[in-house]
Amino acid sequence: MSPAPFPAPEEERLERQTDEGSQQLRAARGEIISDGVWPEGDDTMIINMGPQHPSTHGVLRVMLELDGETIVRSKPIIGYLHTGMEKTGEELTYVQGGTNVTRMDYLAPLSNELVYSLAVERLLDLEIPPRAVWMRMMLVELNRIASHLLFQATNGMDVGAVSMMVYGWRERELTLRFLETVTGLRMNHNFIRPGGLAADLPDGWRGDLAELLTAVEKGVREYADLLAENPIFLERLVGVGVISTEEALARGVTGPILRATGFPWDLRKAQPYLAYDDVEFDVVCGENGDCYDRFLVRLHEILESVKIVRQCAELMPPGDYRAQDRKVTPPPRARIDESMEALIHHFKLFTEGFRVPPGETYASIESPRGEIGCYLVSDSTGKPVRLHIRGPSFYNLQALEPMAAGALVSDGVAIISSLDPVMGEADR
Amino acid sequence: MATAPERTEGAAETTEARDEVAGAIASRFPGTVAADSHGQPVVYVERGAWHDLAAYLRDEERFTQCVDVTAVDHLVDVERASIPGVTLERFEVVAGYLSHPRNRRIRAICELPADDATVASICDVYPGADFAEREVYDMYGIVFEGHPDLARILMPDDWVGYPLRKDDPSARIPVQFKGDPSPR
Repeated sequence: MSPAPFPAPEEERLERQTDEGSQQLRAARGEIISDGVWPEGDDTMIINMGPQHPSTHGVLRVMLELDGETIVRSKPIIGYLHTGMEKTGEELTYVQGGTNVTRMDYLAPLSNELVYSLAVERLLDLEIPPRAVWMRMMLVELNRIASHLLFQATNGMDVGAVSMMVYGWRERELTLRFLETVTGLRMNHNFIRPGGLAADLPDGWRGDLAELLTAVEKGVREYADLLAENPIFLERLVGVGVISTEEALARGVTGPILRATGFPWDLRKAQPYLAYDDVEFDVVCGENGDCYDRFLVRLHEILESVKIVRQCAELMPPGDYRAQDRKVTPPPRARIDESMEALIHHFKLFTEGFRVPPGETYASIESPRGEIGCYLVSDSTGKPVRLHIRGPSFYNLQALEPMAAGALVSDGVAIISSLDPVMGEADR
Repeated sequence: MATAPERTEGAAETTEARDEVAGAIASRFPGTVAADSHGQPVVYVERGAWHDLAAYLRDEERFTQCVDVTAVDHLVDVERASIPGVTLERFEVVAGYLSHPRNRRIRAICELPADDATVASICDVYPGADFAEREVYDMYGIVFEGHPDLARILMPDDWVGYPLRKDDPSARIPVQFKGDPSPR
């Protein structure tokens, strides 16, 4: 193409520029929308929600195509919190791995540690003593309580019940305080480790626990009084973000979102791990698959978890809190002072770790957000070849599109909130 | 890559007897090897049967959910468990299926050579595999043919390389702390 002989008049140039600009914009939009089709007549517009929007629970960005105030299409865009944790997992020993996975789902760190430990133990063919099993179960259920309490707080805040945030946070903080007395940390505990746990329960735990459970039950009653029949709250949630069981299953949705559609699937009941066979609890399930049912399912799951924790406290067996396998568990602290061999053993374990026979396995448990899985591949060295965590939030986010289609923008906030995503786990 | 010895008939029968779905798959799709991995049924499928297997599991074996799709890079394995009858390659794509009505799981593994890491997408059968396949593409560069929108999902769109490959070392890009005063 030869250049134009004369410079174009100013107006024409401007016009051409705008036209080109809008064409480029159109092309960009076409790429953004997943199937590349831009509707005729430009009646819709695209806005970005997030990644800094307070209701997006971290750094979730959602592209919304709006027709007036109605969401036509939506597309979650993730990766803002990607820190390469699966790559890091390949560079840490099996002993160190717990510190890595616990930071993925930071609202339910013990679930991550548990699923990782179960996978490592399956490759090692390691049995853990009954006290460790029951302690793990109790801690994971307490963590579920904490996570669902946080959901109550943020869900309330997202739909305008701001005082709910303070109440939910109040009980969650009590739960975290108990976890702190047991594990030493409020979050990112690294307490459940391959072979058992890091330490035994502290003195006086039964009293603290009973107090905590009473407070949580009282809190849940208050939430129910405050919200469950509140007309404004119902207006915001009932019939909003409906998803059918078939759609949820097809999109890989698990956990409370799946149960809210009326499908009573809970890995704790269906494929019991730890000692869930020996405790009594009900699988809470909803009916309509809307935001309100998801709220109710999580609210009642707190009470079911309280039931499980009570039974754990009652039936807590005496004994060792970790397997006495010298290959996996470090020697007791007192032995290190008196025995050279114990010191060497301790040093080797924490510098080189232990070796795991070659093989692959997948362990899965019910985390507060759904099925969390750990796919682990070993090549007989002290570090895994592959450490993959199947994060429930990652899959649950795929349910956003059918839920939000046809909803109002303000419902979009309620829907994202009811998905309860943890981006640390989705992005890993 | 090392080729494993021929599979003996006797060994195949024992693994088939252990899990009925794995056995049914092995007889339905020739070239499939049923194995048992720490008590979990696993089938090693040939690349051509990857998509048909997903459709078969959903339509005839009532596997309601594809739980997970991921991949493994075996480039630098010190020791690798050999499966009789399976030609081991550098990449493995792994899909976990769950049947709610039958309450059972099965894991399908497909071996992919390094120079042609391509496999059919199962997105049209299980829409839930959408994000997972994008993640595998993003991290390993494994292409899923027929995926509606195979774009990077976790890494930036203009990223070069596939981070979870073993020949893509971590700390490849130096970290800069802008404005951080020198310790001296």
